[in-house]
Amino acid sequence: MLLKLVPDNTKIRFIDFRKIAYGLSLLMIVSSFSLYFSKGLNYGIDFEGGIMIEIGTEAPIDIAAVRAAMSSLDMGDVKVQEFGAKNDVLIRFEHQEGLTVDQVVEKVRGVLASAIEGKISYRRTETVGSTVSSELISDGIMAVTLAIGAVLIYIWFRFEWQFGMGAVVALIHDVILTVGMFSFTGLEFNLTTIAAILTIVGYSLNDTVVVYDRIRENLRKYRKMPLPELLNLSINETLSRTVMTSFTTMIALFALFFLGGEGIHGFSAAMIWGIFVGTYSSIFIASPILLWVELRREEGSMSTPGMDIIPPKKG
Amino acid sequence: MLNFPRWKAFLICILSIMGIFAAVPNFLSDTQLKNYPDFLPQSRVTLGLDLQGGVHLLMEVDLTEVEKEKLESKRGEIRDALRAKKIILRSSMHNKSIHIKLTDKSQTEEALKVIGDTVEMLGAGLTGIGVPDMKYDVQADGTIVVTLTEEGLVVRGDEVITQSIEVIRRRIDGMGTTEPIIQKQGVGRILVQVPGFDDPQKLKNIIGKTAKLSFQLVNSAIGVGDRVPPSFERFPMAEGERRTGLPDSLVVSKRKILTGENLVDAGMAYDRDNRPVVSFRFDRAGGKRFADVTRKNVNRQFAIILDGVIISAPNIQSPILGGSGIITGNFTVESASELGLLLRAGALPARLTVVEERTVGPDLGSDNIESGKIAAIIGLLAVMVYIVLSYGMFGMVTNFALLVNIGLIFGLLSTLGATLTMPGVAGIVLTVGMAVDANVLIFERVREEYRNGKSALVSLDSGFEKAFSTIVDANVTTFIAAIILFQFGSGPIKGFAVTLAIGIATSMFTAVSLSRLIISTWAVRKRPTTLKI
Repeated sequence: MLLKLVPDNTKIRFIDFRKIAYGLSLLMIVSSFSLYFSKGLNYGIDFEGGIMIEIGTEAPIDIAAVRAAMSSLDMGDVKVQEFGAKNDVLIRFEHQEGLTVDQVVEKVRGVLASAIEGKISYRRTETVGSTVSSELISDGIMAVTLAIGAVLIYIWFRFEWQFGMGAVVALIHDVILTVGMFSFTGLEFNLTTIAAILTIVGYSLNDTVVVYDRIRENLRKYRKMPLPELLNLSINETLSRTVMTSFTTMIALFALFFLGGEGIHGFSAAMIWGIFVGTYSSIFIASPILLWVELRREEGSMSTPGMDIIPPKKG
Repeated sequence: MLNFPRWKAFLICILSIMGIFAAVPNFLSDTQLKNYPDFLPQSRVTLGLDLQGGVHLLMEVDLTEVEKEKLESKRGEIRDALRAKKIILRSSMHNKSIHIKLTDKSQTEEALKVIGDTVEMLGAGLTGIGVPDMKYDVQADGTIVVTLTEEGLVVRGDEVITQSIEVIRRRIDGMGTTEPIIQKQGVGRILVQVPGFDDPQKLKNIIGKTAKLSFQLVNSAIGVGDRVPPSFERFPMAEGERRTGLPDSLVVSKRKILTGENLVDAGMAYDRDNRPVVSFRFDRAGGKRFADVTRKNVNRQFAIILDGVIISAPNIQSPILGGSGIITGNFTVESASELGLLLRAGALPARLTVVEERTVGPDLGSDNIESGKIAAIIGLLAVMVYIVLSYGMFGMVTNFALLVNIGLIFGLLSTLGATLTMPGVAGIVLTVGMAVDANVLIFERVREEYRNGKSALVSLDSGFEKAFSTIVDANVTTFIAAIILFQFGSGPIKGFAVTLAIGIATSMFTAVSLSRLIISTWAVRKRPTTLKI
């Protein structure tokens, strides 16, 4: 007996839930925006500029001691946080007027040597200048915008413009919710996050396209079926695949999240959330939105011209 | 759909096997790789800095300084050319222009001709026509105004970047480290990545120093407090060279006897007292010039100036005719060899400032590889188990295709010389999850067709056929995202984009061609009447 997450021939009336889905999504979008404007994002140094030092020791580090040592340096706002493990700490400084990175690192080494016992390994030091960080921000925004634009054009060519609209609304929905998740959790928002968002854009679209493909096919097959029913049929027909693919991708992502190390924690968290949201949006947002726009039912180019096939009713 | 022409089947097998052979070196140890037959591909995936540790520096070239210097040298050139024609003038520097006032205005015509001859055509490439480096104009009061052209500055800027990259490459090669990446990035920036190196300070010492060397005659008549006349300049003595009773700075003639460009070789040596010094040799023209100048200036002092600081100011005791010499100073063995290396590699044409710096220690790199490996293997196994549970025998085909797919990704990454970064590892793990999508699309379609009462063979056939356009649409969209990521991303993100794009291409191949080939071969032979899917 083979494992099936979704039983054969489901007849869930997804479209009937659209009002609830719209409400829920609207609520999530509003919360994402208000979180973004009130709490903001925890930008990494890619976007904020500054100096970052990661240290590791053999024994667990006394964060308070590190913090005290750092504030004794009198170098403005210093963030000290644990990084994945108890013996791994991230220290972040703003740019220091008149001090080079090496001088900052030298000072840090100096005070840490007396504040912490045992051998300290300097695992990573990074510094990003303010011009570079603002360029990275604009490049990031540019990349996400371009990706959405390019996708709109592709779907427009492959389908009808109505589908392109629906897909892009779903995409923007996913991007906003992902940014909202980053604000909510306080996970670091950096270059890798942009990569995650773009992959989510690709994935969510992938999902939407599969459903749309079936809608297009069914539009040709069942000429007289009312649109809500046709949408329901298409979503149900592809449901097994949607769930299956989301599930396998999730398995891989959870492996990354739990075992992949601290460096890609944020990335895998973003992706897991993004795939969840992307799967939801292609079913509950991208498809029902097609009800708003007048879908043109193509003439010709169908397998059985002129006939209206009754949908299968076996179960 | 189920019938494969022979050549196609052959091609699919060959491509898969080639890809896997290209991937093999990545899974061998160094000694195993040595014993690996020579006719098979040997290259491995390059690991990014985040996986093997190293230093990443993004440096900005100071182009305004380049412009200023160019203007200054142009001024000297024009002055010399005019004086050679016995035209008397006064010249002065203004913001981005040179003003030339002639004592005898009737010579303006002739002066303009002389100035016109000093115009250089820059960047005469394929077209054969370059752009002029400067333009000039006569103002109402007879002043000749010389300015540098925009186009000329752009060409010059590009040259400066190219030269800087050359110089940096020579310097890093001189350090004997492995395969640095040195490339132009954006406008006026240079990216330097040195894997397996974790001392950013030392790297910056080597590549951050301009290393402009010049030999200039000292004017000892001008004392510490005196005003410096226009054709002279004052430089401080290097800290180690300051001795009691001697001035902290010296005034030298602006005219350079020789510069670092005249050196053909330099290196660390020991003097008679066994102290480390830097020895050097001039090129033929430089040697002759140095001999001339030293012959005429015996008993005078000259200064060796490095980046605006006098590192040594010896007396000329006798003419130096051999074309070589030593620089004594307050050197250690290390600093002498460092300066030797810098002089050998040549000066940077402009000052570089570090705008982004990332250093990854070697232990963090190996930790990252370790956890990446574990995540990839566990993720892969979990997905494979799940696929077999869901699709039975067909799932095994998918899993086989998946393994080939991973082989192909590594094979392509090695062949292309692409860099594998931590996000790149994430990309591969993600591809594992998504690669099965194409097969899932096909199998779900087959299931559907079979449920709707079609025969086993017809279901397989139309499953593959109908799923194909969906697979293409779905993958093209992710591919678009990957390309845009590649275009806008930097460093690790680029690595992620590359693996994602390659993963999409290979998974299309393995899902649509390879697994179809296996399933069709099976179906044509066995002619199954029922499908367990």
